[in-house]
Amino acid sequence: MPLLPDLSQACLPPTQPSAVRASNPGATLIDAFLSASAAGIIELLSPNAPGWGGTLLVGLLHSIEIALGATCLGLLIGTCGAYGKLYGGPVVRDLLVVYTTIVRAVPELVLILLLYYAGTDLINQALTAMGYQRVDISGLAAGIAVLGFVQGAYSTEVIRGAILAIPQGQIEAARAYGMSPGLLLRRITLPAMLPFAIPGLANLWLIATKDTALLAVVGFYELALATRQAAGVTKAYFTFFFAAGVLYLLLSLFSNLLIGRVEAWSRRGMPSLKEAR
Amino acid sequence: MKTVLKTFAAALLLGVAAMGVAKADPVKIGVAAEPYPPFTSPDASGKWVGWEIEFIDAVCAEEKLDCVITPVAWDGIIPALTTKKIDLIVSSMSITNERKKTIDFSDKYYNTPTAIIGPKDQKFGATPDDLKGKVIGVQVSTVHAVYAKKHFTGAAEIKEYQTQDEANNDLAAGRLDAVQADSIALGEFLKSDQGKACCDLKGMVAPDDEVLGPGVGAGVRKEDTELKDKINAGIKAIRANGKYDEISKKYFDFDIYGGGGAQSN
Amino acid sequence: MANEAAIINVVARTSLWLQPHRIVLILIALGLVLSAAFFMRWDWLPQYYEMGLIGIWRSLWILAVTCILGFLLAVPLGLAQATGSFWFAAPAKVFCTVIRGTPLLIQLWLLYYGLGSLFPQYPWIRGSWMWPYLRQAWPYGVLALTLSFAGYEGEVMRGAFAGVPKGQLEAARAFGMSRWKAFRRIWLPQAIYRALPTLTGETVLQLKSTPLVATISVIDIFAVSSKVRQDTYLTYEPLLLLALIYMTITGILVFAFGRIEARIPNKIG
Repeated sequence: MPLLPDLSQACLPPTQPSAVRASNPGATLIDAFLSASAAGIIELLSPNAPGWGGTLLVGLLHSIEIALGATCLGLLIGTCGAYGKLYGGPVVRDLLVVYTTIVRAVPELVLILLLYYAGTDLINQALTAMGYQRVDISGLAAGIAVLGFVQGAYSTEVIRGAILAIPQGQIEAARAYGMSPGLLLRRITLPAMLPFAIPGLANLWLIATKDTALLAVVGFYELALATRQAAGVTKAYFTFFFAAGVLYLLLSLFSNLLIGRVEAWSRRGMPSLKEAR
Repeated sequence: MKTVLKTFAAALLLGVAAMGVAKADPVKIGVAAEPYPPFTSPDASGKWVGWEIEFIDAVCAEEKLDCVITPVAWDGIIPALTTKKIDLIVSSMSITNERKKTIDFSDKYYNTPTAIIGPKDQKFGATPDDLKGKVIGVQVSTVHAVYAKKHFTGAAEIKEYQTQDEANNDLAAGRLDAVQADSIALGEFLKSDQGKACCDLKGMVAPDDEVLGPGVGAGVRKEDTELKDKINAGIKAIRANGKYDEISKKYFDFDIYGGGGAQSN
Repeated sequence: MANEAAIINVVARTSLWLQPHRIVLILIALGLVLSAAFFMRWDWLPQYYEMGLIGIWRSLWILAVTCILGFLLAVPLGLAQATGSFWFAAPAKVFCTVIRGTPLLIQLWLLYYGLGSLFPQYPWIRGSWMWPYLRQAWPYGVLALTLSFAGYEGEVMRGAFAGVPKGQLEAARAFGMSRWKAFRRIWLPQAIYRALPTLTGETVLQLKSTPLVATISVIDIFAVSSKVRQDTYLTYEPLLLLALIYMTITGILVFAFGRIEARIPNKIG
């Protein structure tokens, strides 16, 4: 047996700031809360090295990157999926139904775990089968691929609905003008479906920003994991989870502002909703 | 339409793949993405610090390996190794026969006993009798979780946590009556403000080599014998040239390597 | 006679549905399932079978309790936002925005670990009657999921309350109903009818949120599958089975809600 280490004397490597102060007997609720907060919290959240604010911001940046990438990938999959569902052959259509049904029936957390382990494995096997070298898929790319795959199922439905909402006459008119399918897609279908699709897609973007937090459970570095680490090291769980909540909320509110603008832009030239009523 | 879809799928696949292509062939050192002081923990600037980080840096320098720290979730660290997301587990993982069915280990590089801590205002020891009716917190998929299940089931309720510091936090919060884990990691917690205020050491658990294993080793894939040999050679070298002791002195004032000398395998 | 017609109808529909390519697809799917059953490891099933059932049961009651409580909370939230009085509307609006604007995972961790880390500062908490509940993990999970459901459904209820035609309420008042009676007899039932179609979707979404409670040490079905993964070092088998379990529950939910919705007379013209 190894000698018993003397627990009280093993020396500490770096000193860490701590928000948890020794409890003050007799302190009232507010007193105790204030004593724990004021100086400690500002110190903890400062963006420079002793504070963890910088770490949180880097985490937020990663979250936004993953959400952006996942939404774009989701849009691509969604557009193809919607086209496949509307105009594809019977096999393509059935496979797409299976895809969207499964993704929408299984919790994102389970999908993320499955895709994280199986997905990269499959891509590598596909690449080796096609004669390419196997690749390392970095955290960011894997996160984007996993969330994008999930987003794709939802955007498939949104875009399919939006395409169906386009007045049929517009597409027929375009065909009558002799437009090629590619031109038809670019000039008519995509722009005309946009106002119908944007509310749904905007919602998907908001879901994507929140779903990035789930990646923390697999160990991706993003805001939720950064928060968890900061909270674990400093023991200031409440402060950090609260701060992360505020950051996510700000991201949502800012997105809402942008979405309003985009929606107004995409509806330009159309009768406003109020008039239509 | 189909060919368009097919080319598109291929392009997508390659695109995703290309985004993540790594340049050379660095050895990806998997550490649990959570603070586990004093062995591995992130600092405020996002860098990983601790005894184990310095130890593996020294081994890599000795063997001229290009090592990068790759944090992954602790509960998925073995699948991450077997699916090649990482190449080496250096995360205070004990060598056990159960794990050896799936992965291989380097020689041990430290070995410390297992402790139980609890609230200051309660007096109890670390035997199953002492822990009767208590709620014990352990970290998932650790030897401690296995040990607690084997020795304390029936007597105590066992709660499993994703990370060690969450278990410690719940002990401080009063949701747990005891936490079982590695004595060094718990000692570190007892020295923190949070730990000092709430808890103290209750004792070391009775040894069970079958469960607790001969110590901590670096996990490698079974087929990766070349890497395993290099790591073993590196450990031997830094133990011989004093680098190991030099690093250990910065953190501990006792011999963390433990008795018994180097074990083969 | 009617029976025969119905049977012929069903047969016709089945044959329409069972096109040749579908038969091939189903055969391929069957092949996949069979090969999964034969070539993957399932020997752990008997050992964890009981644990799994308990886990499923726990997930289901968390789902039921949080949906019901959440809906009860959503009604006043929607009403407060729809009635327009600023002092009621503003807090309800803020609540819904905050809940919908932050990830459930963060809300859950803030409630469980965040509040937990504050406990040592207030020793009296351990003496209070709430302590036996505060000590455990599931009350936090139930609370977080309830608030989340209320936040999302509150927004739906706002629209539902606002969508009930004013004329109906005016007519009720003209009949001499009190405000409370008009609310109870006319406004609330109509708003609930309007919100019902969203309930299926929201409940499925809520089901998909329940595994998050596993991260605060509640042992639901997700936690059981994680335990199997950690004990056996198998990656795919427990996850695939878990996905199948969730798909089955979703299917049952969608089917049951469909039946309920079909029974409710469509009163909204």
